[in-house]
Amino acid sequence: MSGPTETTAPAATPATDTRGSAPAEPAGSGIAAPAGSGIADPGRVVASATTRDVRVSPHGTAATPGARVVQVQKSLMVHNDGVAAANREAFRHSLVLNVVSSPGSGKTALLERTVRDLNGDLSVAIVVGDLETDNDAERLHAAGAPSVQIVTGTVCHLEAEMVARAVDQLDLGGLDVLVIENVGNLVCPAAWDLGEDLRVTMLSVTEGEDKPLKYPRIFKDADAVVINKIDIAQVVGFDRERALDSVRKVAPGARVFELSARTGEGVGEWIDYLRERRRLKASAMAAAATDAG
Amino acid sequence: MHEFSLVMSMLDLAEKAARADGARRISAVHLEIGALAGVVPEALEFAFEGARVGTMAENARLDVTYLPAIAYCATCQSEFELDNRFGIAVCPSCDTPSADLRQGRELQLAHLEVEE
Repeated sequence: MSGPTETTAPAATPATDTRGSAPAEPAGSGIAAPAGSGIADPGRVVASATTRDVRVSPHGTAATPGARVVQVQKSLMVHNDGVAAANREAFRHSLVLNVVSSPGSGKTALLERTVRDLNGDLSVAIVVGDLETDNDAERLHAAGAPSVQIVTGTVCHLEAEMVARAVDQLDLGGLDVLVIENVGNLVCPAAWDLGEDLRVTMLSVTEGEDKPLKYPRIFKDADAVVINKIDIAQVVGFDRERALDSVRKVAPGARVFELSARTGEGVGEWIDYLRERRRLKASAMAAAATDAG
Repeated sequence: MHEFSLVMSMLDLAEKAARADGARRISAVHLEIGALAGVVPEALEFAFEGARVGTMAENARLDVTYLPAIAYCATCQSEFELDNRFGIAVCPSCDTPSADLRQGRELQLAHLEVEE
């Protein structure tokens, strides 16, 4: 792996623009620190709406004269997480996947094959997000699954509320597997819990073996990592060991599947995994229902 | 550009908290963002500049504290800070990879400064 060239990503050290290394002010002093005093690393830009570098004293006194501090301590995801929890409750009868990848990794192709291979003994439905068009839903519908397209317009990821609205059109009660195909994007979807059981992150052999290192968050949160298009791995000079090493480094707990959605090679193991996870969830739900009763 | 969604959510929480405190203006917003939260500082600032117009935080300052990524090693039973930006969590004491991230995903509205 060559050395990192980006300079704007947050490094694994704390950078505070408000506290820096200056000693704490006594309560009530309300004096602003000199501009830039807390920024040690010029390679990283710390967001600040003004050039003033102001800090809050440890006693909770506002640094701005005349202002007071209101503690909030809430996640920005609090609304989404609430809707995701409601989704999870509504999805209790189904195994739910949230599939994320770059555009063109083969999410829709894998889902077409998954639908064909699971259909018969397990019912599958798909919710698919794209900025525009319902082409993917059409493809998945043709493969035999009820499919709902979410057209996000300019939004680069799916949120729990979009999924909640979309599944209104599906009969969740009789559904064994619900697959949510996220917008093709390896950055933005990461923070939004949709109420899924499994986060599936895909990459394909044309994308570079170090993709997990470039997009660590979305691989780190993956329960399963799918490496697609292995039928053309040799032609494109894919270094399998290096790719697997990248995945293991970032996501040591994830199950890894190497397959070709186009030829079907390796898909059997993936299908078995879904059947097994579906079975485990159904038994866990049945056990919980027995306990509750 | 998911930062715009994050900022909209932040402004919603901030205005509710400020109103509940009887304030009329928000003069500063303080966020805590984990190193692996996937937030681009410039994008966050850009989104904030646009989204705050017409809100109680129209003239507010945005302060961000970045939190390092910290993982837990089950073998050593101790936490360690990741020494890289790639999300690779390998225990510096025993070399065991860890999938147990304890800090680094935060997207937290910590506190506000408000005025009457």
